[in-house]
This record gives sequence, C-alpha cells and structure tokens, in this order.
Amino acid sequence: MTTTPLLSELTARAKARAHPRTDTCPCTAATLADRPDATVVRHADTVAKAHAPGTPLGDLVPRLATATRLPGILLAPLSPAPVDLTPHARLVTFWPYGTPVDPDTPEAAPWEAAATLLARLHRTPAPTPLPPMRGPAKAARAVTRLTATGRTHPATSPVLKAWAALPAWARDEAPMPDDSTLCHGDLHLGQLVRHPAPDGPWLLIDVDDLGTGVPSWDLARPAAWYACGLLPPDEWTRFLTAYRAAGGPAVPADGDPWPALDIPARALTVQTAARAVAKAVVEGRPLDEVEVSMIDACARMTSLPPELSTGCAK
Amino acid sequence: MQCPKCHAPMHTYNRNGVQIEQCSGCRGIFLDYGELEALTRLESQWSQPAPPPPGAPQAYPAAPAPAWGAPHGGHGGHYGGHGGHHRHKSFGHMLFSS
Repeated sequence: MTTTPLLSELTARAKARAHPRTDTCPCTAATLADRPDATVVRHADTVAKAHAPGTPLGDLVPRLATATRLPGILLAPLSPAPVDLTPHARLVTFWPYGTPVDPDTPEAAPWEAAATLLARLHRTPAPTPLPPMRGPAKAARAVTRLTATGRTHPATSPVLKAWAALPAWARDEAPMPDDSTLCHGDLHLGQLVRHPAPDGPWLLIDVDDLGTGVPSWDLARPAAWYACGLLPPDEWTRFLTAYRAAGGPAVPADGDPWPALDIPARALTVQTAARAVAKAVVEGRPLDEVEVSMIDACARMTSLPPELSTGCAK
Repeated sequence: MQCPKCHAPMHTYNRNGVQIEQCSGCRGIFLDYGELEALTRLESQWSQPAPPPPGAPQAYPAAPAPAWGAPHGGHGGHYGGHGGHHRHKSFGHMLFSS
C-alpha cells in the first residue's frame, strides 16, 4: 500500500492518541482501510478515521453524538468532536478498537446480532436532530459514477432502467417518506465489531450515513443478496426472524415482508450492480457470475413495477 | 424453444409449480395460457397466508422473495453456503462492501 501524507499523519495521530505520554511503543500499527472516501488506521486499542473529503462538520457532530448516547447499539467515539486535519482538509475521529467479523468465515456472520441491533436502533428516538440517512444518496452517487464510466458497457442499460423505475425518494430526488426513524444507512458485515475486543458484545460502527429515514433500507442489503440468489434462504430467514423478534418496525411482525422491502432492495441491487459495472470497466475485466446475478435482477425489475408500499410498515 | 424477440434459446424454470420460459439472451419471459393467472393466485396466497398445517413445524418455512428475484427458487443454491460449500469469493467481498 502506498503511504500518502494523509496516511502518515493519521498513523501518527492514532499513535499519539493511544500513548499520550510515551515516545516509543512496542505496538504494531495497521492500516484498516485506505479508500478515497475513508482512511482508517489502528494503533493498539485505538482507531483513527479520516472521514470523506468534504464531510460537513455540522452533519458529523450530531452523528457522533448519537453514537455516544446509544451505548449497547453503536460503538461510542473516544471523544465527541472531530479533529480537523487541516493540511489534508479531512475530519478525523478516534474510536476504541473492536474485533470485526472475520472476512474469511462470513458463514459465521452474526446475523441475529446485526438484526437485533438494527431493531433496537430503529425503535430508539433520535437523541439529537440528525440529517437524513444517506442510503439513497449513496445509491444515486453509484449510478452517477456508472453513467460517467460505463456508458458503453452492455450491462449499464438494464441497471439504469431499473434505477429509473424507482420512486424519487429512493433516487435521492425527494424527501424519504419517513423522516423520524433512526437508521444506520449502510449496513453490511463490515459494520459490526465486538467491543471490548475480542469477545465483547456486537455493536454497529460507522456513523457516516446515520440519520433519519426509511428503516427497511437497513434490511435491504441482505434482502437484495437473498433475492439475487446469493444469500442462502436460511441465513436471510435468521436475520429477518431476529429483527422481528426484537420488535423492529421496518417490516410487519408477520406475513410477507416484501411490500416494505421491495423498493430499498431494488435500490441496493441497482447500487451494487452499478458499482460492479463501473469497477469492471475501470479494471478492464469481465463481470463475474455474482455481479452478473445483480445485473440480471436489474433486468427483471424493469418488467415488474415496484410494489406500492412506501417501504414503511408504520 | 427460441425467444420470439431476440431468437436466443429459452430455458424452462419452475417457479412455485409454474413452468416459466426465460430467454437466455434478453431475459424475456414467456408464459403459457393460464400461467399468469396461476402466478397471480400464488401471489395472493402469499399475502393471505393459510393457517399452518397441523404437525411438526418446519425449521425454516419457505421465505417469500420478490418477483424480480433469481428464478427457479434457487436462492443460495448457486453461490451460497448450503451444506458447507464455499461461498463465491466475489460474494464474500460483497458482504463487507458499501
């Protein structure tokens, strides 16, 4: 991994935060992520995250405050205010290290814990005024990127058609029909850690997309994986059953959950397909069979109008 | 049979007991006479579930899926973790990605 000035400074900041009184330490540091939208480094029990360029301070602060005030659901930051890493124009936050889901054994994924945490999050009134959950905005950004990079790719057309069939709120072109339910906004298996490491309770991390909105969006990524034939039915059923058992409000307590899930699951299928095509174009490679299954689902959506529900069971 | 639109071969899938021909090229779907009605009937049964039959309950009753989902009820069968098979590497990555 190339060491950028930002990565070097973030590494130093994490070390300084972990050991405020010593110059040397026996710890090894690790870069957990270094992407355009986030750089994350670990030093011993401390994690430093440089948020995406252009992240508004006024959005991040109430999201951090929410994490601080919901222990047992969200991992709390070490301090309530971000640090401005001025030369890099990046906001940096510090977190305790938690043990993530092992990417090599995703079959051991804590579906019940994830569902229960989401149900509790969705049932909790926002402790402070929050901006909208950013799920639709992220989907719209993936589609914008696809139109910029993948215009000539044959898979682009079905993805864009499926996107065009979605209601305006799901495309981030109108307010969401729910503006009060607390949502995570970007649920996937990388958003869960055990804290205290290594075997404390599971908690949700990453508040960048947290906000108020349509809670079924948080269930929609596993729902999309299941619908596309990727996630086995028993794992999907475990997730959905645990969410319902914990009183989650995003879907009715029994019966068919799909009227509530349909639109967000379509949107996340489109988002995933758009990212896959854009990436394949940039890397000059063919789509793999998993990516093709998402694009095939987009093609099937076009002939089936979205279900009438707004995506809220309330 | 051949697709009337793009002339690619069509494959038969069984979706909830209804035979569906889907084109391997354009993904268009052909329904025989009465099949659309059969599907509609099945859909209405989903939204008004019958009381469970007496006897031992199933551990995992069949989970509903959207109509745009993967065909032939093969959820998870192709790439998933049934019976300890390894997941497709690409899906393993997808599970952890925004």
